[in-house]
Amino acid sequence: MSNKTLTRADLSEAVYNEIGLSRVESSEIVEAVLDEVSTALVGGEEVKLSSFGTFSVRQKSGRIGRNPKTGEEVPITPRRVLSFRASHVMKDRINEAFKKLISK
Amino acid sequence: MIKSELVNRLADQYPHLYQRDVERVVNTILDEITEALGRGDRVELRGFGAFSAKIRPPRIGRNPRTGEAVAVAEKCVPFFKAGKDLRDRLNNEGS
Repeated sequence: MSNKTLTRADLSEAVYNEIGLSRVESSEIVEAVLDEVSTALVGGEEVKLSSFGTFSVRQKSGRIGRNPKTGEEVPITPRRVLSFRASHVMKDRINEAFKKLISK
Repeated sequence: MIKSELVNRLADQYPHLYQRDVERVVNTILDEITEALGRGDRVELRGFGAFSAKIRPPRIGRNPRTGEAVAVAEKCVPFFKAGKDLRDRLNNEGS
């Protein structure tokens, strides 16, 4: 396992290499993709990207939580949370790669 | 929103690009994330969220219908955690 962390810079580098846009435009369009996905989610839309996965927003109701350190009760307000379900294609691709890594 | 709608919305913002190039951009980004996870790398997109893959150790599962024990091999499962900005936006804006 290489255990690196990829960032926006790596994604725009990939776009730059694959598509042949300028570096500036590559990084702009990576940002635009993330913005569009975020805006759709904030607007309550589910985002389904085939062979990748589905992002969905779930409504959580309020409840009484507890500070585990002090035992003090704290109210947890109702809120929206984001969940991601990876598609089978993604899970399979990751597992294929993982099997190759551990067999080495 | 599905992938083709995402591509359409982006194509509206980038009228000088061919739709198929916008589609290639989206696929390149998604493939890059999947490949990184396959290598055991993390992908951290500040403000949006982070993708990682966690290793689930091998275990003895059970066929729920027959009760029979089956070996489940070690596997790797993808995981996503929303970034702070996106979490905040989900609760302060929108519907």
